[in-house]
Amino acid sequence: MSQARSSLSRTIAAHAVLITYTLIALFPVFVILINSVKSRRAIFAHPLALPGPGSFDLIGFTTVLQQGDFLRYFGNSMIVTVTSLVLVLLFGAMAAFALSEYRFRGNLLLGLYLALGIMIPIRLGTVAILQMMVAAHLVNTLLALILVYTAQGLPLAVFILSEFMKTVSDDLKNAGRIDGLSEYRIFFRLVLPLVRPAMATVAVFSMIPIWNDLWFPLILAPAEATKTLTLGSQVFIGQFVTNWNAVLASLSLAILPVLVLYLIFSRQLIRGITAGAVK
Amino acid sequence: MADKRPVRWHIGVFLAPAVAIYTAVMIFPLFATLNLSLYTTVHQVSQFVGLGNFRKLLGDPNWSGQFWNALGNNFWFFVVNMAVQNPIGVALAALLSSPRLRGAAIYRTAIFIPTILSFVIVGFVWKLILSPLWGIAPDMLAAVGLKSLFAPWLGDAHYALTVMALISVWQFIGIPMMLIYAALLTIPDEVIEAAEMDGITGMRQFWKIKLPLILPSIGIISILTFVGNFNAFDLIYVTQGALAGPNFSTDLLGTFLYRTFFGFQLQLGDPNMGATIATAMFGIILVGVCIYLFGIQTRLRRYQF
Repeated sequence: MSQARSSLSRTIAAHAVLITYTLIALFPVFVILINSVKSRRAIFAHPLALPGPGSFDLIGFTTVLQQGDFLRYFGNSMIVTVTSLVLVLLFGAMAAFALSEYRFRGNLLLGLYLALGIMIPIRLGTVAILQMMVAAHLVNTLLALILVYTAQGLPLAVFILSEFMKTVSDDLKNAGRIDGLSEYRIFFRLVLPLVRPAMATVAVFSMIPIWNDLWFPLILAPAEATKTLTLGSQVFIGQFVTNWNAVLASLSLAILPVLVLYLIFSRQLIRGITAGAVK
Repeated sequence: MADKRPVRWHIGVFLAPAVAIYTAVMIFPLFATLNLSLYTTVHQVSQFVGLGNFRKLLGDPNWSGQFWNALGNNFWFFVVNMAVQNPIGVALAALLSSPRLRGAAIYRTAIFIPTILSFVIVGFVWKLILSPLWGIAPDMLAAVGLKSLFAPWLGDAHYALTVMALISVWQFIGIPMMLIYAALLTIPDEVIEAAEMDGITGMRQFWKIKLPLILPSIGIISILTFVGNFNAFDLIYVTQGALAGPNFSTDLLGTFLYRTFFGFQLQLGDPNMGATIATAMFGIILVGVCIYLFGIQTRLRRYQF
């Protein structure tokens, strides 16, 4: 009896701590979202009040959509993120397959070489990357960003995917070989569909830093035509710092796409992180 | 396979794209940057100066003051992150993994949300909330009777760096939480049951049974925090600008590198000194990673179930 009571009080305490931290995590986002649809006066008078009939105002959003080129920034971010992801997944899976499937001289060394990039941040090579992009006339192109993000994403992708590919049954692959499938078909037809969950994990993991990066867009592609959403909103907010409606609205516009994507993929993401655990 | 080995071209085809892009865009520029740090540019002519740039960075008062300031700040940034983020992350994970906890998935999803937001959003959100103009932070302190504690922290050289580090903790707490949570789930039920048989439950069970088993994960988190912190730039740039104000009190190696490489206000950009700072950062990160790999990881005991 006493044990049951103590476990009940422990459960309550656990919930209390978790709820408190959840509030800390969500509160700032919540404050921005509710204030972005309020009038200027309401923002300052009652910052924590929900928008009501008296205070509801979309002036911030109309300013942002008139002034900033958010649609283009969004498009640029989409192009860069999606193309980089496709390249990371395709090239990463191909290399992972070669490393996990075949025994050849230098296999281990090549694996270590590719894993080096997990620990050493690509940013440290920025000076030479910029010089290289200038020489190749790729500055202020989305291609420069795509190349950098592909290189940045590959090490982790190869590492995770080759772990998963080791679990694909040899019998299946050998059956394919007996049926006369080429190695390429074995990879694309047999192995790739089987590691799809791992691909999704790598995709979600690689996507967040690419979408959110500020450093490389700032250095390699700061032109108006190639600004990504992250850089675009940074510059925009910097210019409109005193227009609180516009600032709050542009922050909300930057939060919402990521938030929606996250809520769609969150189960996948969490399953990916805990994959080792529930295997 | 053994007697005749035709050239297996497909291996090359599978490896070529990844190795080529990785080598050309990551490894080659990294070494080219290390190499650039050995040169200086005089009247647009590149001259070899050996370790001269490093002597300048560490010896010339114009440079060394800024460098040691940035390094010291970076170290404090890392200390706050390690001391606050990782214990809270472990505690949250331990609570989440307790059996039969309702709503664990909701808590997990919610607490991870700050981690997916970009630095631009995080930086400005906190700048607005802490702003004395808007008054959310002072009003909330006033509500609990602590209004006198409020100060414009981000504008005060004594507090700004610590506040920035705490914002970084807020943003990234999801990562230790998730990784530790995953590690706690791998502990087999038999181990926990055996402990319960012996009467080890609750907090004691955590300290005596679970914590030793998740030490390798805590090691990985520490090294991730280290690499991430000594490479940080975005949050400071967004919140405090390239000058890392007030009075360089929030300057990290990343912002110092950016200012040196691109120049700011009256100072012209200097790629060679930028490369020198990048090389110094490379050395610091390499030393940290080596200490972890050879000094810590090999001593951690791993348990096989």
